[in-house]
Amino acid sequence: MGDVLFTSAIDGLLIGVIYGLAAMGLTLIFGVMDVINLAHGPLIALGMFGVYLLFTLMGLNPFVAVIIVAAIGLLLGVLIYFIAVSRVIDAPPLSSLLSTFSVNMIIIGIGTAMLSTSSYNVDYSLGTLDLGFFRAPGSRIAASLVALLTTVLLYFFLYRTRPGKYIRAVANNRISAELMGIPSTRILALAFGIGVMLATVAGGLIATILPINILAGGSYELKSFVIVVLGGLGNPLGALLGGLILGLIEGLVPVFMKTTWVPVIEYVLFVLILLVRPQGILGAKE
Amino acid sequence: MSRKWILVFALVLALTWTLAACGGQKAATEAPKAEEPAATEEAKEEAPAAKEKTVVVGFTASQTGKYNVPSTRQTTGLQMWMDEVNKAGGVKLSDGTVLKFKAVSYDDESNKDRVQELYTKLATDDKADFLISPYSSGLTAAAAVIAEQYGIPMITTGAASDATYKQGYTVVYQAYTPASRYLTGAIDLLMDLDPNAKKVAFVYENSKFATDVNEAAKAYAEKNGFDVVLFEGYDPDIKDFNAIINKIEAAAPDAILGGGHFQDGSTFARQLYEKGAKVKFISLLVAPPEPTFAELGDAAVGVIGPSQWEPAAKYTPESAKAAGIEWYGPTGEEFTKAYQAAHDGEEPSYHVAGGYAAGLILQKAIETADSVEKDAVLKAMDAIDMMTFFGHIKFDTSEEAHGLQIGHDMILIQWQKDGGKLVKQVVWPKAGATADPIYPIR
Repeated sequence: MGDVLFTSAIDGLLIGVIYGLAAMGLTLIFGVMDVINLAHGPLIALGMFGVYLLFTLMGLNPFVAVIIVAAIGLLLGVLIYFIAVSRVIDAPPLSSLLSTFSVNMIIIGIGTAMLSTSSYNVDYSLGTLDLGFFRAPGSRIAASLVALLTTVLLYFFLYRTRPGKYIRAVANNRISAELMGIPSTRILALAFGIGVMLATVAGGLIATILPINILAGGSYELKSFVIVVLGGLGNPLGALLGGLILGLIEGLVPVFMKTTWVPVIEYVLFVLILLVRPQGILGAKE
Repeated sequence: MSRKWILVFALVLALTWTLAACGGQKAATEAPKAEEPAATEEAKEEAPAAKEKTVVVGFTASQTGKYNVPSTRQTTGLQMWMDEVNKAGGVKLSDGTVLKFKAVSYDDESNKDRVQELYTKLATDDKADFLISPYSSGLTAAAAVIAEQYGIPMITTGAASDATYKQGYTVVYQAYTPASRYLTGAIDLLMDLDPNAKKVAFVYENSKFATDVNEAAKAYAEKNGFDVVLFEGYDPDIKDFNAIINKIEAAAPDAILGGGHFQDGSTFARQLYEKGAKVKFISLLVAPPEPTFAELGDAAVGVIGPSQWEPAAKYTPESAKAAGIEWYGPTGEEFTKAYQAAHDGEEPSYHVAGGYAAGLILQKAIETADSVEKDAVLKAMDAIDMMTFFGHIKFDTSEEAHGLQIGHDMILIQWQKDGGKLVKQVVWPKAGATADPIYPIR
């Protein structure tokens, strides 16, 4: 029993870091501009296919491909910001929900037309890591490490660099930030771009370990919502913590009951947190 | 506070979209409605010579709708049988009558309601002497009602569900191995390979087909003294089997059985391999017999899967003799060659073989009855106990399950490495085996 608990917990944490990374993308955008990005799922899926295509068509190592996907994600995010978000950013929240939902439908529509909804696999393996007491596919461990590294880099960026500090300033109080000479529109676009980048990187990492299809982002988007609420809205560190908790639930719950109970428990938790501690475990940004 | 509601709203929206997307994914791709179905008649109507009689064989094919591909293959197989018999001069009865077969078929659009209308039309307007089922268990169940109502003998093929034969029908006969026996062959093989194997784990898709198959296999395993250490269903959309694999490892079974469809089955096999799980024996539904399963590479090695038929299956007159069963019809080699000659060398799938086998069963019954008179043919059907290229054919004649296939066994294929290349080998039943099974796998 001890063995299976330990293995399941580690497995859960490994995938949890990646969930956390995806959720960070959602929570960063929300924290900075109060926009819930409903195109989050399809953007995760685009990250998956970015890595898949770079790997399959160009023979690129998937972990190198993730870097290219990150750059594309950043640009795509900035583009989406100027096309679909910037004009509705001060409108009532429903406008930005609908506008990002439209982006969601557009990506899904194009993706389905081009790639169908069939599943694809990134046929790449790093062998199996066997420590005797614990075994896991090498690519799963590598993906988790990359996710962790990305998180660290994000923190360094937000707390140690000037643009990062600008983003936090705009998140804190846009008007004051503007008064201090911070170009808020450009900073908002950058923040949106980084949010999308995190989603695509998470998607790219998922593609290295699990089968993908154009609709697969949807389930990670839902997980991101739960994580964001769990960790605290607009709080990136909370998202990481929430991701780890969700991963642990997914790893440990099946030890005691049927795996089909996992989503039930996840969403019950979601509702409970909203009712009892709506600011999340680490507290929301306000 | 309002922020909380926006979030809930957003979640509901996202959830709705996800569910809608999942639904859409599974929905049938509706092809445009076909032209008014035309009967596929024999090209040249020969002037009826003395004592020549035309036997009308009626069926529907899914020329449109979701069953289009397998149904078309099944029809090809049936038509192939018919052409061969007619070309060989038909079936000659002892009184000198020569029987020629004529197919009358319509497009059922993969739709149950259409099936019932069209089988009624076949029975009344077209005066079909015999019926062959459409493809799939669902459509066949709908057709069987009509066949029984008009008392026209029907041979079903492409339909594995057991339920149709437990309705007290008297004129419906099944060519396929029923779903309840999809995985029991794997348990027989396991017992044959390792008398000490005692623990089995069932991990299966939460769909009707897979649940039925696995519950029947579980009962069979328990009856044979196995200890079922894990019996767990998973969501059809599952991507990550990690948690389930951890459970399997904790239960340390001698064999893993289950699966569901292609995607989940191949993902399961892949992740078991990547995780380095110790698997001695694994048999999954549906996925392994598909040629694309080989794309898994090393993860496919050793995986066993049940199939209704495989071109490599070696059912021969010799193996029939060894088993003490009468041989009937062409050999698998002859069948495969004839099909390949007509289809640019493409390998026949089990759907084609199933269609051909249905015709063969009908032919055998008519020959035995020495007549096309219904009661005589039904009696001959009940008596069938033969070996064909498709395998052993014998029907349940009890009142509770009349017509259920009890002779035909699933063929078990196993992916093996032959000089670095993955090949599908038949490992069960022994009469048709092309290689010894690998056991334990790893």
